[in-house]
Amino acid sequence: MRESNQLVNRLDWGTIILYFLLVSLGWLNIFAVVYDIQADQSIFDLSLRSGKQLVWIVAAGLLIATIMLVDFRFYSSFAYFFYGGIILILIFVLLFGREIAGSKSWFAIGSFRMQPSEFAKFATALAVAKYLSTNNRVFYNLKSQLTLFAIIGLPAVLIILQGDTGTAMVYAAFVLVFYREGFSPLLLGIGIAAVILFVLTLFINQVYLIIAVVVTAFLLIGLNTKKTKRIVTIAVTSFAVISLIVSVDFLVTDVLKPHQQNRIKALINPDGDPLGYGWNVTQSKIAIGSGGMWGKGFLQGTQTKFDFVPEQSTDFIFCTIGEEHGWLGSSVLIVLFVWLLYRVTIIAERQKSSFARIYGYSVAAILFFHFAVNIGMTIGLFPVIGIPLPFFSYGGSSLWAFTILLFILLKLDAHRLQMLTR
Amino acid sequence: MIHNNRKFVIRLTFILIAAIYLIKLFAIQVMNEDYQAKANSNIIDREIRYPFRGLIYDRNGKLVVYNAPVYNLEVIPKDVQLKDTLAFCNVFGITLEEFDEKIAKAKQYSYVKPSIFIKQISNTTFATVQDYLVDFPGFRIQARTNRAYSYRNLANALGYIGEISPYQMERDSANFYRQGDYIGILGVESKYEDQLRGKRGVKYKMVNVRGVEKGSYKDGAYDTLSVAGENLVSTVDITLQEYAETLMTGKRGSIVAIEPKTGEILTFVSAPFYDPNLLTGRDYGKNYSQLAADTTKPLFNRPLMGAFPPGSIFKIVQALIGLEEGIITPQSRFHCDRGIIDCHGPHTYQDLRGAIEVSCNPYFWNVYRRLLNQGASENTFVDTEIGLEKWRKYVMSFGLGHPLGIDLPHERAGYVPGPSLYDKIYGDNRWKFSTIYSNAIGRGELQIVPLQMANLAAIIANRGYYITPHMIKSIGEDGQPLAQYQEKNYTDVSPEHFEVAVEAMSDVIKRGTGMRANLPDIEVCGKTGTVDNEDRGEEDHSVFIAFAPKDDPKIAVAVYVENAGQGARAAAGISGLMIERYLKGCTERAHMEEYILNGDFIY
Repeated sequence: MRESNQLVNRLDWGTIILYFLLVSLGWLNIFAVVYDIQADQSIFDLSLRSGKQLVWIVAAGLLIATIMLVDFRFYSSFAYFFYGGIILILIFVLLFGREIAGSKSWFAIGSFRMQPSEFAKFATALAVAKYLSTNNRVFYNLKSQLTLFAIIGLPAVLIILQGDTGTAMVYAAFVLVFYREGFSPLLLGIGIAAVILFVLTLFINQVYLIIAVVVTAFLLIGLNTKKTKRIVTIAVTSFAVISLIVSVDFLVTDVLKPHQQNRIKALINPDGDPLGYGWNVTQSKIAIGSGGMWGKGFLQGTQTKFDFVPEQSTDFIFCTIGEEHGWLGSSVLIVLFVWLLYRVTIIAERQKSSFARIYGYSVAAILFFHFAVNIGMTIGLFPVIGIPLPFFSYGGSSLWAFTILLFILLKLDAHRLQMLTR
Repeated sequence: MIHNNRKFVIRLTFILIAAIYLIKLFAIQVMNEDYQAKANSNIIDREIRYPFRGLIYDRNGKLVVYNAPVYNLEVIPKDVQLKDTLAFCNVFGITLEEFDEKIAKAKQYSYVKPSIFIKQISNTTFATVQDYLVDFPGFRIQARTNRAYSYRNLANALGYIGEISPYQMERDSANFYRQGDYIGILGVESKYEDQLRGKRGVKYKMVNVRGVEKGSYKDGAYDTLSVAGENLVSTVDITLQEYAETLMTGKRGSIVAIEPKTGEILTFVSAPFYDPNLLTGRDYGKNYSQLAADTTKPLFNRPLMGAFPPGSIFKIVQALIGLEEGIITPQSRFHCDRGIIDCHGPHTYQDLRGAIEVSCNPYFWNVYRRLLNQGASENTFVDTEIGLEKWRKYVMSFGLGHPLGIDLPHERAGYVPGPSLYDKIYGDNRWKFSTIYSNAIGRGELQIVPLQMANLAAIIANRGYYITPHMIKSIGEDGQPLAQYQEKNYTDVSPEHFEVAVEAMSDVIKRGTGMRANLPDIEVCGKTGTVDNEDRGEEDHSVFIAFAPKDDPKIAVAVYVENAGQGARAAAGISGLMIERYLKGCTERAHMEEYILNGDFIY
């Protein structure tokens, strides 16, 4: 009893309140999506997604309780077991799973469906945290760096093989953790620069970019005529940049699949084919854009009610907020998310154990990636990839996986004074 | 613990991204107003409420053209739940195979939107089926209207309605019409389209992404009701029209009867005729093809389009012009010199009245010569040209050589030759009277259509003016015809000259060739004409114009019957019967009626 009292006192209630707030708002918005003005519906109707989501929410409560009851040391001790288990399940799903909507990522037992790739996120986070916390000077050792990338790379590759490239991209979020832990900012900077360059190449003509690079290179060489080594570096870098620019075209046309190419196209020019590949983004922007400052009101969203936005209860759930609650509502939601992320970093920083801290940043990174990409794609700032908005989108697997992700951190945090500093 | 500052970088990144998103959202939601419009266009469906097309009555208030309800059976495949398909098929009189075919077709069109299952169920079926519909969820009756006609007459003047053509759509600058709208074609339906069509109403509905109706937009705040088209009252007496068509059964030709004082057209027959109900409803397409292919050309509107030389009736016009110009008086006589031009009948030396009565060709040869050559120039050619131009103006003031302006489409102008024509044929100043004398007796290059003939009869009846003949005497609530049908159009001949012509025409009926139009108790005036068809190897056309009673005329009529021989036979007979029926309300001369109905005119 004393222990549970202690637990209750030590839990970060701010985060928990944010969690429940997001989950409840999410639930209400899912109802707004499935709402049919002509039918007599209750938000609790189990045949509707809103009813089902309630079931998942209640079940999540049980998960939370379980997490809280289990000894906090369990998580760090069994991190690799979680990881290994999930990898096995991912392999299993590849061989025996059910293909739904083009990706073979579902497990079906009777009418109960589960998506292991969602659960891989927290398992990988645990593994990363364990690995980094038990190996010193990882970032000065090439071998350990490779192992680290392998830890996040393996699930990513398996998920790509499933056909769910979007979810696989989530693992790129771990660079945020590496950055915090001392990973060379130069490499991180290069990585980000490469991404920006990639995006620029999509929007701007290659020729102009190449000219820009060449001009910049000559300018830099001009400034550094004395230092041969620098000139060489500049030359090599310029060459690398140009090859990257040129390779983008190759990447897009020959490596990406047609539906993925379409998503890039839809990002660059959504009005190019508003009824075809541009449909999702166009309808999403129309729904959000028509919300104005105040929104149309709960259950009053016409685009929402009349099913114009595809996948509106899952990937495009943000449209409901945009249309029914306007800019004000959207801002509130974004503020809530940023606040949650902020709190998570605060929790992570106050950990004495590096395992807990690293895990905390993993949680922040994963949540940030989902939040940024999901909302970004609804407003046309990111290509459409199928990832949910945490705690908000409809779906049992994603809700449970994120709940577990977050509450393991809260559990660790509650015991932070009991952990040994490492 | 190292790299502590990095936490700030990370947090800053979060806030930065959030800020960018908030700005972008602001741009889309608050600053850009396009999205609201696009959202509306997604969900709003405009349903047109079609207006009730105007009705058409005859001059006595009888309903001639109306809108008949037509019922289509519609189906929404999603909602169909039939417990007993066979019973359904029995009620609607289709086989099970047909049922399957139709359902498949409906599903192919849309699983959730309604489509027509059975087109145009008869009214009787509709009445019986009403009660059964409850047992057949997913099916419903959609009411529409078709044009319907109470009488089988007047088809050529009424016109019909059909779907608007692409050509007409292009010319619709006001963008009133949409694809699939019905528009008046030919006849009154077309000329009075603007009045008959009414105004569309609009109903705004909300629809979902699949086009399924989800209720009224803003509770109907923007909806408008449709406005019914204006009703028209025609000038035609439909029972007289019926009678006239009966008389013309089995013949080809035309009857046009006008009320002289008002220009109102009492009868407008083009034979062969057809039942207007053929060009409405289900079989419209098939029937139209049949009519169009018929070699007797029932769709050819003879009163307006059948042009031919006027023949002897034109002599009256010549006489009137001559009197006005002063080159003859009623007492002027000319020898019937059959050397200059052929003639018939035992007369030799007639005065004007007599010449009209017996239709003396040499007389009018002389009249025409005097008319053309009045000594305006020493050069005969120039003199003739001047005379011809003058003559032409006179003739055109009698409503010839130009369209009168009837409220029907496709009115032909007829033709009155002038100097420019002969210059073209013979060369400038290389023709004179001796070249063109055929015009004297209504042959040559003159062309007239039956409407103009009837109008001519009306002019003489009125002693010198006409009101443009028209089919509609009253539009809508107003009760007035269009403005141009209320003015008098005077000829260039003064009224006092008409009396001798009127008397002569009365003689024609009493003693002359028009005896078949003689009525015992009403004084009828008329003139026969025979259109020569020798060059075509056919029988002559029978032509007659008349009006009655002589003083205060109530009806002017023009009849022509193709290939029926002399005007005195078919045409005069029919004219007499028409006048008798109109003025007396019945036919007492049964033998004449029998003669006409038998149709045996060539003997």
